[in-house]
Amino acid sequence: MIRAEPSICNYCGACVGMCPVNCIFLDETVIKINEDKCVKCGFCIRGCPMGAILADWWSK
Amino acid sequence: MKRYECDVLVIGAGPGGSMAARFAARHGLRVFLIEKRPEIGVPVRCAEGISRAWMEEVEIPVEKHWIDTEIDGAKIYSPDEKSIVVLSAEQAGNEVGFVLNREYFDKYLASLAAEEGAEIWLKSPAIDIIKEDGQVKGAIVRKFGENVEIHAKIVIAADGFESQVARWAGLNTVLRERDVVSCVQYRMTNIDIEENFTHFYIGSCAPGGYLWIFPKGENEANVGIGVALNKLHEPGEVKRYLDEFIEKHSNLRKGSVLQIVTGAVSTCPVPKRIVDNGIMLVGDAARLIDPITGGGIANACISGKYAGEVSAKCIDNPTKECLEEYQELVKKKWGRKHLRNWFVKEKLASLSDGTLNKLMDVISQVKIGEISVRAILEAVQEKYPELVEEFEDLL
Ligand SMILES: Cc1cc2nc3c(=O)[nH]c(=O)nc-3n(C[C@H](O)[C@H](O)[C@H](O)COP(=O)(O)OP(=O)(O)OC[C@H]3O[C@@H](n4cnc5c(N)ncnc54)[C@H](O)[C@@H]3O)c2cc1C
Ligand code: SF4
Ligand code: SF4
Repeated sequence: MIRAEPSICNYCGACVGMCPVNCIFLDETVIKINEDKCVKCGFCIRGCPMGAILADWWSK
Repeated sequence: MKRYECDVLVIGAGPGGSMAARFAARHGLRVFLIEKRPEIGVPVRCAEGISRAWMEEVEIPVEKHWIDTEIDGAKIYSPDEKSIVVLSAEQAGNEVGFVLNREYFDKYLASLAAEEGAEIWLKSPAIDIIKEDGQVKGAIVRKFGENVEIHAKIVIAADGFESQVARWAGLNTVLRERDVVSCVQYRMTNIDIEENFTHFYIGSCAPGGYLWIFPKGENEANVGIGVALNKLHEPGEVKRYLDEFIEKHSNLRKGSVLQIVTGAVSTCPVPKRIVDNGIMLVGDAARLIDPITGGGIANACISGKYAGEVSAKCIDNPTKECLEEYQELVKKKWGRKHLRNWFVKEKLASLSDGTLNKLMDVISQVKIGEISVRAILEAVQEKYPELVEEFEDLL
């Protein structure tokens, strides 16, 4: 599971541009992640300036 | 699905998109400028610093209402903050001149596009590209909740750092980890700052990037930080770096935050391909941000102008070959510069605080008018001969 927590997300789109497989979409103010395409690189998790992206498989 | 036709479809109404739309429309083309947000320029995702030199080139008349502060120069602080290098506006390049009010600036640029006849749609995200036989022919756009097809001879992707339109069309704008800088900025009030300078802090306070204070008027400033993605290890780290810096500085600690801005910039050389059949990329979508300064407003405007003008030339033959004229213009303007600045960025990111302190100590004592690669090297040789080898290749 990977998702952006809406109560933390600032809908800036930074994660969208970082994702190497283009599986994140900023739908106006809502971040949508296509989990089937995600390669679990962790870029968006480390790179989100707000720390809004949460994944159950993430550990540093 | 409802169907619309135009000559040029510009996706994204930031500075790059507005300028592309403006110059394409000026040549009599039917231009749509579509933007996913409900308001142009809002929310701001920028530190708002620009120089003034390039504005004439893109015919932007300077208007007081989108300038918050006029800047005389930049101050760069060593990691120990003991040495300060002061640069005048001319020497500091991209980042000084004005601190903008981008809410107004971006709207002003869009109004210049509208004046030339471009049609602007808000709340209209492009959600996919229309491509037939290898030729981009428009986009699927969700206009106020309804999916419509916009058919266009040329699509100009100006969708900013997200750069999705390019990737939908098959152009590679994927960034390496080291070429992504993640940013957090607070617009702060009730702080003490020197108002007519922009301030930059380098070293381990902002690994692979820097920290900035750009004054927005008396007691107010954009206080922000960018850290390279390859230096980040856990969620939310960027913000913690900024909070730590503010905590350490009493002139900032006493202030209050009016706005939290987040975003990211690319710090890579110009990509190989930024055009294909029926499509051109401009501004951040084309990864045209300066790898050292992180500044991209000027480059977005200039590349937008180039793309607008090339679309007029290629409108009856919008092939990759014709649109390559745009790519050549971009490479001529920034190809070598961004490659060089990318190397310098990589080098700077590798230096320790100790080395940076020594380097800055030397540079801060070279007289302003005499700052040159040679003068710096000579001064380093005299004071810290053990360091010459370390950044000879950099200088
Ligand atoms: C924190 C921070 C500080 C910065 N500070 C400076 C600075 O001081 N000086 C400087 O010169 N530069 C700075 N930059 C960089 C600068 O903001 C950008 O280079 C500039 O905004 C690029 O303009 P653009 O038109 O290419 O893209 P943008 O201004 O990002 O505009 C892109 C537009 O496209 C829209 N869009 C995206 N996807 C779609 C879609 N699918 N459909 C429709 N619309 C879409 C977006 O909503 C947006 O309005 C900074 C960036 C950040 C993140
Ligand atoms: S980078 Fe973080 S704050 Fe920005 S849109 Fe993505 S999840 Fe939200
Ligand atoms: S973990 Fe990597 S692949 Fe998955 S959504 Fe984030 S950036 Fe994309």
